[in-house]
Amino acid sequence: MSELLSNKEAATQAVVDFMTKKAKTKSKFYFNDFQDIFPDDKLRDIKKVVNSLVTDGVLEYWSSGSTTMYGLKGSGKQHSSEGEA
Amino acid sequence: MAKHETPLLDQLESGPWPSFVSDMKQQAEVRAKNEAGIEFQIPQDAVEDLLGVLELSYKHGRTHWKHGGIVGVFGYGGGVIGRYCDQPKLFPGVEHFHTIRVAQPCGKYYKTDYLRGLTKIWDLRGSGITNMHGATGDIILLGTTTPQIEEIFYELTHNMNQDLGGSGSNLRTPADCLGSSRCEYACYDSNALCHFMTNNYQDELHRPAFPYKFKFKFDACPNGCVASIARSDMSFIGTWRDAIKIDQDAVNKYVENNAAYPPNAGAHKGKDWGPFNIEKEVVELCPTKCMKFENKTLKIDNSNCTRCMHCINTMPRALKIGDDRGLSILVGAKAPIVDGAQMGSLLVPFVEVNPDNDYEAITSVIENIWDWWMEEGKNRERLGELIMRQGFQKLLEVTGIDAQPQHVAYPRTNPYIFWKEDEVTGGWERDVVEYRKHHLR
Repeated sequence: MSELLSNKEAATQAVVDFMTKKAKTKSKFYFNDFQDIFPDDKLRDIKKVVNSLVTDGVLEYWSSGSTTMYGLKGSGKQHSSEGEA
Repeated sequence: MAKHETPLLDQLESGPWPSFVSDMKQQAEVRAKNEAGIEFQIPQDAVEDLLGVLELSYKHGRTHWKHGGIVGVFGYGGGVIGRYCDQPKLFPGVEHFHTIRVAQPCGKYYKTDYLRGLTKIWDLRGSGITNMHGATGDIILLGTTTPQIEEIFYELTHNMNQDLGGSGSNLRTPADCLGSSRCEYACYDSNALCHFMTNNYQDELHRPAFPYKFKFKFDACPNGCVASIARSDMSFIGTWRDAIKIDQDAVNKYVENNAAYPPNAGAHKGKDWGPFNIEKEVVELCPTKCMKFENKTLKIDNSNCTRCMHCINTMPRALKIGDDRGLSILVGAKAPIVDGAQMGSLLVPFVEVNPDNDYEAITSVIENIWDWWMEEGKNRERLGELIMRQGFQKLLEVTGIDAQPQHVAYPRTNPYIFWKEDEVTGGWERDVVEYRKHHLR
């Protein structure tokens, strides 16, 4: 596991910075987008950290039913506005 | 008096088959009367509004449901599918109408008190409408509101020891046939393997990190009662390596049309098909022509048998599956979203099914495939599409499986063969001086 990924605080900040930087164009991200933040790590290791960020309330899942994406908690479309432009 | 006029839905009830519209109307009436005195936690008229929005969708020729959402239970990335109506003022009862997937028990064995417990929760906290079962096999609970989701999850897990199923980019709820619990054709205990896989891969079921959905299905014999070969990314089909066991006396009882030996175990009774004819109904229908019946003796060339099960199904008292049993693993089946539908391709012709070492031979294949697919799969690309894109040979490389005759689906169409250095004796390096000793410039 890379130094960045093994440091929870730094990893969290890197994820938040990455998502915030792209917030103008998109609010939901596929799992493999995280590979851009942690290019030297295995996806299974990235998964553990990213899912712990959901548990910590930093990120949230968005699911269509068939596909799941990740977003910063509270960003983008929320409950009642789902499906609106 | 129904809350909404539904002439188009009413027409659907006129056919000869059971109608979901009738079921929904019945449920709407039960909720309206509420003879059980339930303190409904979602709108009492939810089912009436569901009928109303469906009628409107038929009228307009388009859906009035919004797609997806962030709803779920804490820590889980699957099991709940957000559904919202885009006409909440007309149909307030279905403004939120989320779906919950509940993992079905292996083999779909239920006790009545379990079903009562489930419907009790669902009548109180949801619409009461269920789908037993969804396409993946889950118990589907249709329609509840956001505040009820955690409540339902708590009651399912704490009072019923019941987990949610899979949805989204997760491993989906593994599904299996009845297997050796009921069936003499079972080549392995599909219930035990399905249960093990469900527990072993909990993290993959609940915490999404795959490019898309991934499905396991378990058929304990090649009859394929759960159609795993067509319905799952990884299909586990029971098989055997030795000979089909033949009871020649019983074969002759079938040939003599003995009433105690009805063909197909009597499954096609009710119509006069004429006397049983072993040549026409068994020998000539063998896909590899590996059987013959001469001098009252049935012979099978087992080396050419493809385990199609036809002869065993037709004469079950005379023919039995072999004793050296295991399973075959097929990969890549999918529905026709991208590139058309695909059946599974054979990857592992035979592997042992050994619970004593936690099915190590099977799990190692699974995890190698997942590592490859997670690394190389594009977003929303199924395993079968990745195999098509990068080639079956690449799949063999990542799983460390040697190419075998059983992998060949049809003769080669590409005239070129590209060897890799490690496949050629001596590699690409050569001693030019040594070469020139034997070959002049």
